[in-house]
Amino acid sequence: MPSVMINKTEAGGLTLYVPKKDLEEMIVSMEHEGPDRWGGELTLADGSRYYLEPMDAAPRLPITLRVKRL
Amino acid sequence: MCAMKREEAEALIQEVLEVYPEKARKDRAKHLAVSDPNVEQAKKCIVSNRKSVPGVMTIRGCAYAGSKGVVWGPIKDMVHISHGPVGCGQYSRAGRRNYYTGHTGINAFGTMNFTSDFQEKDIVFGGDKKLEKLIDEIQTLFPLHKGISIQSECPVGLIGDDIESVSKKKAKELDKPVVPLRCEGFRGVSQSLGHHIANDAIRDWVLPNRDDDASFESTPYDVALTGDYNIGGDAWASRILLEEMGLRVVAQWSGDGTISELELAPKAKVNLLHCYRSMNYLARHMEEKYGIPWMEYNFFGPTKIAESLRKIAALFDEKIQEGAERVIAKYTPEMNAIIEKYRPRLEGKKVMLYVGGLRPRHVVGAYEDLGMEVVGAGYEFAHNDDYDRTIKDLGEGTLLYDDVTGYELEEFVKRVRPDLVGSGIKEKYIFQKMGIPFRQMHSWDYSGPYHGYDGFAIFARDMDMTLNNPCWDKLQAPWKKAAAAAKAA
Repeated sequence: MPSVMINKTEAGGLTLYVPKKDLEEMIVSMEHEGPDRWGGELTLADGSRYYLEPMDAAPRLPITLRVKRL
Repeated sequence: MCAMKREEAEALIQEVLEVYPEKARKDRAKHLAVSDPNVEQAKKCIVSNRKSVPGVMTIRGCAYAGSKGVVWGPIKDMVHISHGPVGCGQYSRAGRRNYYTGHTGINAFGTMNFTSDFQEKDIVFGGDKKLEKLIDEIQTLFPLHKGISIQSECPVGLIGDDIESVSKKKAKELDKPVVPLRCEGFRGVSQSLGHHIANDAIRDWVLPNRDDDASFESTPYDVALTGDYNIGGDAWASRILLEEMGLRVVAQWSGDGTISELELAPKAKVNLLHCYRSMNYLARHMEEKYGIPWMEYNFFGPTKIAESLRKIAALFDEKIQEGAERVIAKYTPEMNAIIEKYRPRLEGKKVMLYVGGLRPRHVVGAYEDLGMEVVGAGYEFAHNDDYDRTIKDLGEGTLLYDDVTGYELEEFVKRVRPDLVGSGIKEKYIFQKMGIPFRQMHSWDYSGPYHGYDGFAIFARDMDMTLNNPCWDKLQAPWKKAAAAAKAA
């Protein structure tokens, strides 16, 4: 369950930053991106996948969360 | 125009690696690469932030060096206790040339060494009592200090002293911040973890101090200047440019900085980050908690300065954008005169760099302004994200070396024969004796500042002074020179 920071890039995409692993990657897909449901399965540009407990509303970014590695 | 072709550089790396035993060779091979601007991510070509191979001469520092030496040390109005045996503090005292204003020993303590000087009995019975006594003594002798940081050296972690409880107790007694840092030298692979620990301590023990205090009158033009340690006056040379374009610098981290500036940073509108490696953790934290955007900038060389000033100004309104143009216009003739003077003397010269933090990538622009070319670059303690940023700035076929060993660097220099090597004091005399001009790029070879427009003038002069020094023709004994000339004839 790494603690990660999700942030918005200048271009509008989302990035996932894992401080412990020093990994900063673009998020290429997210299961729920709607305003009323946010999170779910994430796929990064390097192919790794994470699971984020879905939230009821899109949070203010950047935000530090716990995710599960899949 | 690169001196070496890609294949040549790759062959050189293989040749250098040959002397290692198989396991070490495999390990070191991952840290050496040839830059390729087409590579999107550095991790595909270079591995970084790994433990050094035992037995090689690495140039890295320890976590204590990263915390006390880099991040906390320059905060001038605090007393930084090197908690543990006397050596760590004494041998690193005042070596980094973080300039500050103030009266040393009265209201500024930057170049002083405070240590708990552990003896055998402190290792056996613990050093907490001694630490309390030491803090009381500091309060008596230096009543104008604004806070204390306790920088752990290795034994403190090994014997398990509870410096946090001492800190809390003494902070209450003194009514001043007392910050414990768990930056024992054995932690992590390099000083980089020390930066992280120091950042986390600022986050936990300093930043929240003024969260409920709205008495600070802010303006829309408040910025925090972070990741500049004022080496030889760097932060001052940067700060005047920002002020000239109409911004108000409310915090300077941490060169010539104070504890109250640390506490004020969350009130700024933008965080301007120079050294990404040592302060990005805090920039990210402040973005999340206080909603302050952060931006990396580069104040080495007129091209990059102009680029950065415009990028900074773009975050503000027209008044600041006009200010940026005014500043650039004001200094451009001056800079052109410098380039005109030094470029003919330096044009086409090759540089190899092996430093830390931000320099291997940030100074590339400054060298290019002088017509010089960086043919090799490496970091002591960088992570992947640093190399991601670096490969964009380097040309095709540049050697990249991470945590390079003494042997490797010597071999690279022997083969590439650059006109200038920029690295630290431990490398300086090796290369000078090899007949290669050298600049000590950690503390600007006792010169500086190198940041900002004022800094570039000094940078250009220093490079010329080193490279075109007549001493480099005098390395051969006159009779040997005569013999060589006769032989050639």
